[in-house]
Amino acid sequence: MEQAKIKALKQTAAKVRLGVLEAVFSASSGHPGGSLSITDILTYLYFEEMNINPAEPKMEGRDRLVLSKGHTAPALYSVLANRGYFDVDLLKTFRQVDSILQGHPDMKHIPGVEMTTGSLGLGISAACGMALAAKIDGKDYRTYAMLGDGETQEGQVWEALMFGAHYKLDNLCIVIDWNGLQIDGRITDVMNPTPYDKKLEAFGWNVISIDGHDFEQIAAAFDAAKACKGKPTAIIATTTKGKGVSFMEDQASWHGTAPNAEQYAQAVAEIKAAVAE
Amino acid sequence: MAEKIATREAYGNALAEFGEKYPNFVVLDADLAAATKTGVFKKKFPERFFDCGIAEGNMMSVAAGLAAAGKIPFASTFAMFAAGRAFEQIRNSIGYPHLNVKIGATHAGITVGEDGATHQCNEDLATMRSIPGMTIINPADAVEARAVVEAAINYVGPVYLRFGRLAIPVFNDAATYKFEWGKGVQLAEGKDVTIIATGVMVDMALSARATLAAEGIDARVINIHTIKPLDREIVLAAARDTGALVVAEEHNIIGGLGSAVAECLCEACPVPMMRVGVEDTFGRSGKVPALLEYYGLTPANIVAKAKAAIAMKK
Repeated sequence: MEQAKIKALKQTAAKVRLGVLEAVFSASSGHPGGSLSITDILTYLYFEEMNINPAEPKMEGRDRLVLSKGHTAPALYSVLANRGYFDVDLLKTFRQVDSILQGHPDMKHIPGVEMTTGSLGLGISAACGMALAAKIDGKDYRTYAMLGDGETQEGQVWEALMFGAHYKLDNLCIVIDWNGLQIDGRITDVMNPTPYDKKLEAFGWNVISIDGHDFEQIAAAFDAAKACKGKPTAIIATTTKGKGVSFMEDQASWHGTAPNAEQYAQAVAEIKAAVAE
Repeated sequence: MAEKIATREAYGNALAEFGEKYPNFVVLDADLAAATKTGVFKKKFPERFFDCGIAEGNMMSVAAGLAAAGKIPFASTFAMFAAGRAFEQIRNSIGYPHLNVKIGATHAGITVGEDGATHQCNEDLATMRSIPGMTIINPADAVEARAVVEAAINYVGPVYLRFGRLAIPVFNDAATYKFEWGKGVQLAEGKDVTIIATGVMVDMALSARATLAAEGIDARVINIHTIKPLDREIVLAAARDTGALVVAEEHNIIGGLGSAVAECLCEACPVPMMRVGVEDTFGRSGKVPALLEYYGLTPANIVAKAKAAIAMKK
């Protein structure tokens, strides 16, 4: 990948991160940690990878993404707003009673949201359904699902993993956001779901492990996913919870906590400084 | 003697019958195709049938994804594992986004028989009624069940279809029957009391009416196939005209049709009302006739409750 493109993606991801922070700060509520850990991957998907049209959110044959880790809606909303699905000013209304931006993704009212999610484990199954629909109808669109690492503790995730491999859904690509933290602490301490690679391979998936903040690795992974035929792909993305904000990084306490005014100012300054010329 | 057919049988046959006319619907099952009778569809349309294995939660959310992508999925399993086990998936993946999924729930109620309490779902109407925007239909015979399947295909939105295991009398005339979405069906006129019944209890309500008539009591009989949204007009008209009601259902007396009718009456036209149903207890193994007797799901109990309701009239 050209350096100029990487630089542009980093600039875009910084804007998305600022939107995440603005949404959570405005609401005094929400989930910044896991939103910041998936920002780079979502940015790549929506700005480079997916066949979508913000002017026509329901475009026939569009690619679809299901945010199975629905609590990180701020990342999805910010990437959709920055991509042009709706005004970025709307992010300020996140979680307010008169806003379309519900605390968790709502497909009925938010342009670009493909599936209503929030209860963990349900989104990956819905993504399987979409991928199956494409197969039934002979359409070539692709379906993506973003899962949390803690989310894999839900039994339904493994039901869906069986389903995806059984029906050879090679038009489906899931990403596991392996930031290593959940509300109660390190996932390996709370209820260890690893090793991911061996388990997913045993479940019949094409497995790719990457650094989820490296755009070249992200791009290569999605290319490899598309090239793989006969089975679905799982990208295991090692990430940092709270990525880009020093005091949030790798801290379980920032899973579902909003910054105060002082913390918000510092976070914004850090994000901006990281992409300054 | 009327022919006896289980509504699950009619469900499977209807799916197969309408498969050609409506090419956009697909059928999911969770390793129960032989019992839910979706196997009849599978045989005819194998490329449109998807077994999900014994994983009902995943099946419901997969159905949601299929619907979001424009398909019309029928997701089938026993009522216990649909409205019970997969309640949360139905609520969050299907109900909340109001997706076009049809839940084909068979083996509802105690007429499951010998399998006993773990498989006898007497709570499905209660859980499904509590989901905003969910339509619930409980056909009373095979003719109605067939019609319900086609109506559900043509309706856009989530529908919970309740079918039974037991072969029950076919009292509707296939040649003339017309299904009206959300409309109760008055099967017999009457002025002293009204029996409102659903599913397997409808035919028993007609028997009860004959017994009451022999004792000089004139009972109206109404079949409520659409549990939600409830046909309030037909219920309130019955309350005004007859002044006493009995509601009969193969379900816990809490949360089902009896509760729905009671809510309607209390708010708009309070009159005496009695319930016939499983009286807030679990099921048990047994032959179906013995179970119906054990739980009071009988014409005799409807008769007794009808008299009790009449006695409460002011």
